[in-house]
Amino acid sequence: MRLEPIKNPTLARKLVPPAIALISTVVIASFLAMVAGANPFSVIGLILKGSFGSQFAILETLNRATPLIFTGLAVAVAFRAKFWNIGAEAQLYAGALMTVLLGTGILPWPSFAILPLIIFAAILAGAIVLLAPALLKTRFGVDEVVTTLLFNFIFLLFISMLLEGVLKDPMGMGWPKSARIIPEAKLPRIVDGLRLHWGFGLAIFSAICIWIIQTRSTLGYEIRAVGLNKDAAAFAGIPVNVVIVKTALLSGGLAALAGFSEVAGLKGSLTLDLSPGFGYTGIIVAMLALLNPLGVIVASLFVAGIFVGADSMSRAADVPTYLADIMLATALLLMVLAIMLTRFRVVRD
Amino acid sequence: MSKDAVEALSLNAITKRFGELTANDAVSLAVNVGEVVALLGENGAGKTTLMNILFGQYTADSGTVRVFGDTLPSGNSRAALDAGVGMVHQHFTLADNLTVQENITLGVHSLLKPSLGRAAAKTRIAALSKKFHLAVSPDARVGTLSVGERQRVEILKALYRDVRILILDEPTAVLTPQETDDLFATLRLAIAEGLSIIFISHKLHEVMAIADRVVVLRHGKMAGGVNTKDTDENALAEMMMGTEATPPEVSPAKPDAPLLALRNVTTADVGSVPGLKSVSLALKGGQIVGLAGVSGNGQAAMADVVGGLLNPNEGQVILGSETVQKWTPRIAVQSGIARIPEDRHKTGTIADFDLVENAILERYKSPAFSNGGWLNWRKSRAFADGIIDKYDVRCPGSETPIRLLSGGNMQKLILGRVLEADPQIILANQPVRGLDIGAVNYVHSQLLAARARGAAVLLISEDLDEVMALSDVIHVIADGRLSPEFKRGEMTPAQLGLWMAGQGFEMDVANAS
Repeated sequence: MRLEPIKNPTLARKLVPPAIALISTVVIASFLAMVAGANPFSVIGLILKGSFGSQFAILETLNRATPLIFTGLAVAVAFRAKFWNIGAEAQLYAGALMTVLLGTGILPWPSFAILPLIIFAAILAGAIVLLAPALLKTRFGVDEVVTTLLFNFIFLLFISMLLEGVLKDPMGMGWPKSARIIPEAKLPRIVDGLRLHWGFGLAIFSAICIWIIQTRSTLGYEIRAVGLNKDAAAFAGIPVNVVIVKTALLSGGLAALAGFSEVAGLKGSLTLDLSPGFGYTGIIVAMLALLNPLGVIVASLFVAGIFVGADSMSRAADVPTYLADIMLATALLLMVLAIMLTRFRVVRD
Repeated sequence: MSKDAVEALSLNAITKRFGELTANDAVSLAVNVGEVVALLGENGAGKTTLMNILFGQYTADSGTVRVFGDTLPSGNSRAALDAGVGMVHQHFTLADNLTVQENITLGVHSLLKPSLGRAAAKTRIAALSKKFHLAVSPDARVGTLSVGERQRVEILKALYRDVRILILDEPTAVLTPQETDDLFATLRLAIAEGLSIIFISHKLHEVMAIADRVVVLRHGKMAGGVNTKDTDENALAEMMMGTEATPPEVSPAKPDAPLLALRNVTTADVGSVPGLKSVSLALKGGQIVGLAGVSGNGQAAMADVVGGLLNPNEGQVILGSETVQKWTPRIAVQSGIARIPEDRHKTGTIADFDLVENAILERYKSPAFSNGGWLNWRKSRAFADGIIDKYDVRCPGSETPIRLLSGGNMQKLILGRVLEADPQIILANQPVRGLDIGAVNYVHSQLLAARARGAAVLLISEDLDEVMALSDVIHVIADGRLSPEFKRGEMTPAQLGLWMAGQGFEMDVANAS
């Protein structure tokens, strides 16, 4: 058996496999819910209700999608240049760290300048975190998959050290968490009284910016050229290594915004469980979006919807919350397979 | 062909479609025992598709393959090999870090008993190489061998497997004229042993020299099959082309001052490929300088230095009257150097970019196509559409990915891209490799037109005929060294062949001392 690319996929070809993937996910989840003792036919309804069924559910889903949009964009940008940034998790924490460092009132800045300053500093921190792997790659040919992946662990332990030490909140009753940021450093809510914060707006804005950069700017053109054919890019005079470093800076900055937005928009302080793997999930989001920046928004909403909906379903149907994780994993695996099947046909030899 | 000839291989009415394109349209080809059949055709005529069907890489839509009377199952890549069909590819499939013997026996002997049969294998290889005049040491590492020797290893590999039918894909592309003669001698020995040979080529005189019969493919269809003794080169070219092929007219050169010069340029070796060794060269306006040589003798380094990709370790690049300080592809392009790269798929274009994106690849930073970091797609599209129009690039539109174009049309886009900038210096590295005669003539006429308007052209080619037909001045490159300059018509192919084999240099040294 082998795969043969499809030149001009029909509309049915584009829609049927993802639809089958979705249905299969629901069937598998329903089956597992039945094994766990719940009514299998209520599962899909409960998931939809939990993710998009009420104002609260929708806002919850949008909030959950926000960091995924940032990490998804970070990965999508880097993967376009075939720079395999697996370290969005570390860059996220770098952004979060910068937010609590500058957001806890140590700077005597006017309140209107604090948020822009923090945003700038967070982007810078994330960019710097990814600069080292990028330089190691361009200078010495060190594989960035290894360096960015392993750096996640190093950076998380570094954060842990800070939270147990200098950054530990004196009022935190011994928990390893930082002090809370001051109100001026918090992202305001989009509508008063609703839980959705401006981090979501910033995420949508970033996605649009990245889309414009990729399609209209010379940098976007360079990034795509380097990713598609490094030799031809170099022959044409595109400085391949410079482009890779620029891409890394952009990618790291985007991932750091996820950390900033989680702290400044939602949590208010830095803890070690700030991210339940948003950096890694960003890879899945980017792949689902086929690296398209606007597609990242849709993919993030999909993934966040399953996260939130399955979580809510497991509580409502009184089944273990692990079912939510299983369901997410099933949905993602099947969806990736389905997306592949929209572009390739299986040929039996 | 005698009446009692035994049929070794026959492809019967093979048809293969890829969507709209019919790559093979009822193509038939038969080879008898002890016969050489040449498969002749332009690039894209369907030769490769036909061979891929024979070896089961593709499944034919209709038609059958028979080897010694037995029909091969379709789509089974082992079947042809097991039936005794062997192929020597244009790009060799050898492991550089293994010895000749290991390469030959790889896949024949069990990996579980690696020590068994080594001595026997060695004896057998020695016998084969003696019998077929394929001189090569079984213990040499393949990485240290010349291209010609590697080809001998490939042929030995096939013979070691007792092939009865040997297919050679463009075998002479990488050989000197002398090596080509040796190859033909070997092939004649193989014929005498009762092998059958399919010889894929686009070089007419070689086809005439070695083949008993010729099958010509044109646009996937059989344009004819003739016995070589009943035809001549012109008739074959016409069959291949559809119309009478006309070689370009070359008027006498009127050289100007040097526009670009290399002075004692030395570059580092890359692996086993030599760099340049103290090379001096002047490219003058209104003149085509041809660089002849066997593949892998420093042509790549020469092209990289002229094209701005490589800075000399020693020596200078002199542009006009100024020594170049910083030398990059972008500076080279800005200095008016048009670069036609050796490999249009790998370095010349980006396959998944459309024609517009490929057209601006070298100059997207220029004010013509971008402003302050933002691309002007309207102007870029107009530029690409202009090239498509003027250079007759056949494509469904400027927003088609360039990978869907044929090699000739891809090359036309590259030509348009570089020539529209009105360049003073043109670096043409293998500009017609793999193109059909129509496209070849077109590219050559463009180079001659550039020469006529006063541009300096450096033509790097492994095809000696091409170099001799077009160049006003010829240099031979061998092992990174550059021969003295030979005027048009001063040297015969055989004399140039000696230089290509490196012997001219020694005689030169001997004469000097």
